[in-house]
Amino acid sequence: MPFKSNHPRAPFGLSLAALGVIFFLHCPFSIILLYAFTTDDRAFTFPPPGLTLEWFGVAWNRPDVWRALTLSAQVATIATGVALILGTLAAAAVYRSRFFGRDAISFLLVLPLALPGIVTGIALRSALSLFDLPFSFWTIVIGHATFCVVVVYNNVLARFRRTGRSQIEASMDLGANGFQTLRHIILPEIATALLAGGMLAFALSFDEVIVTTFTAGQQQTLPIWIFSQLTRPRQRPVTNVVAVFVIALTTIPILWAYRLTRDTSETAGGGK
Amino acid sequence: MQTTNSLSPTPTTGEATRTTSFGQRLSTFLYFRPTLLLLLLLGPPLLAYGIFYLGSLATLLIQSFFRLDDFTGRVVREFTLATYADLFTPANMDIVIRTVGMAAAVTVTAALLAFPLAYYAVRYAPAQLKPLLYLAVLLPLWSSYLVRVYSWRLILAKEGIISWAFSLLNLNWLLDDLLSLPVVGGPSLTVSMLGMFIVFVYIWLPYMILPIYAALERVPKSLLEASGDLGGRPFHTFRWITLPLVFPGVVAGSIFTFSLTMGDFIVPSALGNSSFFIGQAVLSHQGTSGNIPLAAAFTMIPIAIMAVYLLTAKRLGAFDAL
Repeated sequence: MPFKSNHPRAPFGLSLAALGVIFFLHCPFSIILLYAFTTDDRAFTFPPPGLTLEWFGVAWNRPDVWRALTLSAQVATIATGVALILGTLAAAAVYRSRFFGRDAISFLLVLPLALPGIVTGIALRSALSLFDLPFSFWTIVIGHATFCVVVVYNNVLARFRRTGRSQIEASMDLGANGFQTLRHIILPEIATALLAGGMLAFALSFDEVIVTTFTAGQQQTLPIWIFSQLTRPRQRPVTNVVAVFVIALTTIPILWAYRLTRDTSETAGGGK
Repeated sequence: MQTTNSLSPTPTTGEATRTTSFGQRLSTFLYFRPTLLLLLLLGPPLLAYGIFYLGSLATLLIQSFFRLDDFTGRVVREFTLATYADLFTPANMDIVIRTVGMAAAVTVTAALLAFPLAYYAVRYAPAQLKPLLYLAVLLPLWSSYLVRVYSWRLILAKEGIISWAFSLLNLNWLLDDLLSLPVVGGPSLTVSMLGMFIVFVYIWLPYMILPIYAALERVPKSLLEASGDLGGRPFHTFRWITLPLVFPGVVAGSIFTFSLTMGDFIVPSALGNSSFFIGQAVLSHQGTSGNIPLAAAFTMIPIAIMAVYLLTAKRLGAFDAL
């Protein structure tokens, strides 16, 4: 065995099953990557009849892809900003004081993720219709922010709990006022938790499709664009290229968020 | 940093009051009013959630008691149970049963697949391999959901890799037999319940692995050793010690797999045949026909099911396992 270990050897069947599950989880990604280079533009023939780089150029020159990408990036940026502010405020409140209904806060924040996605979507849609509000950029942002807040909240609250109060008390004892303590002690302490939570919130928003379908109207975010290609494909190889691009784009923040928090007990992303 | 002690109850000297900045005074002001500070912290998130989220949920409930006028195609805003009467038709109940059945099948299969991996990672994986395994579960969980669904369109396609592999092994008859089965079969894997089931399991599997992993990590080693010392054979230790302790983790994971499958309309639209699932029904009622009341009433079914599910899960201790 390449690793030094004092563990007993795993039964062969168990190792095989574990390996199989890992393979099952990751194999589709390599398939996507392979198809981005295929010369076949009518079907999904395997093995690909030939390989080409042509589709990357075609995808690059597609204005609808760029529009969808821009909209998704804008929505995700603003939704992440809102989530950072609201999530941090809620985490600070829950951490520093005990109050009536404190346990309900976590429950309320996690509800949009725990309930089936269509519930949040159709709820927002019914509110828009009841008050005769039009779809807009902001209706998408509101939909995304509702489920992004909890990611930031969980990360920041876990960080607060881990660091404890002693540094804050020391700062106050040494004469710093509340804002100085916030600026010099609390913010540096939770900075990586904010960064990790923010990146996960961004990834969550960037990829969201179920709630967005109900709040976007005619606007196309990138996931909605991909979904429309799934049901009514226009140029299959372009979709393959966009898919590879999206994988690359979402993998980076996740790996980074994991690195930022891996040495702590609250590894980011455990509770999507 | 100022040397004046901003925390002293009352600044006694006039000088101290003069030198304090606005920030200092505000800080002191808030320090003595923790309730106000709490309100300032809690206010924005609570207001946002109260208005936008709970408010929307309330309108959902209200809309489910309105009805759509069939002739004008407009929503009639007066209290009626007519929409609920429309909901409980055999056709709609078929949709509910189909969706719940799929969610249950996906949940059980995900648990069966998740357990060996989690068990291996916790009990047998060398220390250097553990973080890699964890990351190997985390990455699919967070990477694009739609792209992962899309990838299965490539894999399951008639001319795709699965068919290719089956024909390479001369097992085409097996695939054809599978597809000719009633209910689960179809013209090809991309338009069959079987294909949809595979994709659902694939998509939600990481949500099941992580809670089981966490629950296994928390099983105290001493209990396993005690069981062994008392003569328990490995299987009995697993059956009577490990499994009961890990079960809340399985239930916690099942909340996600069940709820997510029930509320999904992407996978059924991308891979299914024409038989509807709850998510698709809700989407189509609110979309083309503009029948938001019926869509709202339809949504009450997954909400009710999830409420019962969550209460049961709480009984079984699943929330402590999250």
